[in-house]
Amino acid sequence: MQIMDVLAKLGGESGFALFFMQGGWKNLVMIIIAFVLLYLGIVKKFEPLLLVGIAFGCLLTNLSYFLGHGENALYHPEIWANFLDPQNTAAYHSYGYIMKNAGLLDFFYIGVKAGIYPSLIFMGVGAMTDFGPLLARPKSLLLGAAAQLGVFVAFFGAVLLGFTGPQAASIGIIGGADGPTAIFLTTKLAPELLGPIAIAAYSYMALIPMIQPPIMKALTNDKMRVVKMEQAREVSKTEKIVFPMVVATFVILLLPSTAPLIGCLMLGNLFKECGVTERLSDTVQNALMNIVTIFLATSVGATMVADNFLKLDTIKIVVLGLIAFAISTVGGLLGGIVMYKTSGGEINPLIGSAGVSAVPMAARVSQDVGRKYNKNNYLLMHAMGPNVAGVIGSAIAAGFLLSVFG
Amino acid sequence: MDLVNISIPAAGLYAILGYAVVFFGLVLLMIVMMVMGKIMHKDAPKAAAAAPVTAAPAPVREAPKAPGTAGELKLYDTDPRDAAMIMAIVADTMKKPLNELRFISIREVKER
Repeated sequence: MQIMDVLAKLGGESGFALFFMQGGWKNLVMIIIAFVLLYLGIVKKFEPLLLVGIAFGCLLTNLSYFLGHGENALYHPEIWANFLDPQNTAAYHSYGYIMKNAGLLDFFYIGVKAGIYPSLIFMGVGAMTDFGPLLARPKSLLLGAAAQLGVFVAFFGAVLLGFTGPQAASIGIIGGADGPTAIFLTTKLAPELLGPIAIAAYSYMALIPMIQPPIMKALTNDKMRVVKMEQAREVSKTEKIVFPMVVATFVILLLPSTAPLIGCLMLGNLFKECGVTERLSDTVQNALMNIVTIFLATSVGATMVADNFLKLDTIKIVVLGLIAFAISTVGGLLGGIVMYKTSGGEINPLIGSAGVSAVPMAARVSQDVGRKYNKNNYLLMHAMGPNVAGVIGSAIAAGFLLSVFG
Repeated sequence: MDLVNISIPAAGLYAILGYAVVFFGLVLLMIVMMVMGKIMHKDAPKAAAAAPVTAAPAPVREAPKAPGTAGELKLYDTDPRDAAMIMAIVADTMKKPLNELRFISIREVKER
């Protein structure tokens, strides 16, 4: 008799039984979504380094956390809600409270909440990026600025759809096409939307080769697309070493809220360029980047708790994210067209779309579309200028939104 | 002003202001970079002029540079189109993005 009681207790407490409890079906839907995301990451290779981790984090959370049954959970949304609740004096901004009640993924998430992972990812991006094309043609920065149009249009659209100011700012930054920046800003302004925003940002970055070419074709004509650009000037080693110091000093003084992102981006770049820190540069580009990616992806995936994710707001975010990407591409291309006209046809406007950041995917799209119309046209390195300018531009946009809504 | 429940006109205003701030920041940065480039390049010809006095090297034909390499890649008896193809093949073989590789020079090896 006792054995039967134990078996009944085990059955009643199992996750399988919890699927039939109130709201348990939502976990089942999220588990299916996690499998779909794993399929997209592994088979379709959509940003696999991040999507596989995000999808598995989502799977782990929804296998272990059921509404009202969080005792064995790896991630606890309610303790993070308490952490942000000023009325809850014991938990408000208390990492001690988090440590006491955390599951494994809650511990991982501390790095996201504190803004550590996105900043370290930016350090890796800086160490992997050659700013030479931007230094050779500083006007590329204008394209990086123009391509932030989608950020602010999507922000406005999100307010129209009923999101709060901080939520709208987090949704808008998807248009910056920069995953770490989107995660950084969302964690600060609207952590409840982190899952859908991260998924939208990384999915659309993977879909850039499909999103951008039709817009590029619609906004430019054959004459513009075949423009062969002149070789950029030579960039000295000294310029490359001075560049990260100048940008860090200048941008952080202008917008102090950009300090974590721009500071780490430029520190990584200085490791790469200064010539005396090869070991550090190598570590930041490879080992550190890989370790942080694992923690970042799984903890972002963990925030995709069924109750938070399965909402109409998620669909709105996905649609607004697509609009943000498309409009940022339009902004960059319009900037490119203006430069084409003002330069007397020397600038190929196709490089403007690379201003949306998403390094180096967007630059490759400019190269591919350009070669389609002129087999002898090699736009890749010309497009890298606006591409890396977009990284700085999206960090400034995030800094502005954080200053206003933070 | 209530920025959480922000009104639509205020959101429009902040959107325009934000876009303007991004432009302002990057335009200023562009000016700084242009000035920096001018200063650095003013020194470069001086250094080049000083070199013959000390070393007086034999005249060397300046190799044409490949398009889109920010002037780093030197080509010797190699067509820019062939150079671009070689770089793409090397990147593909190494499974590395092209922007992570640095090509110093490409020289055609001729059979003797």
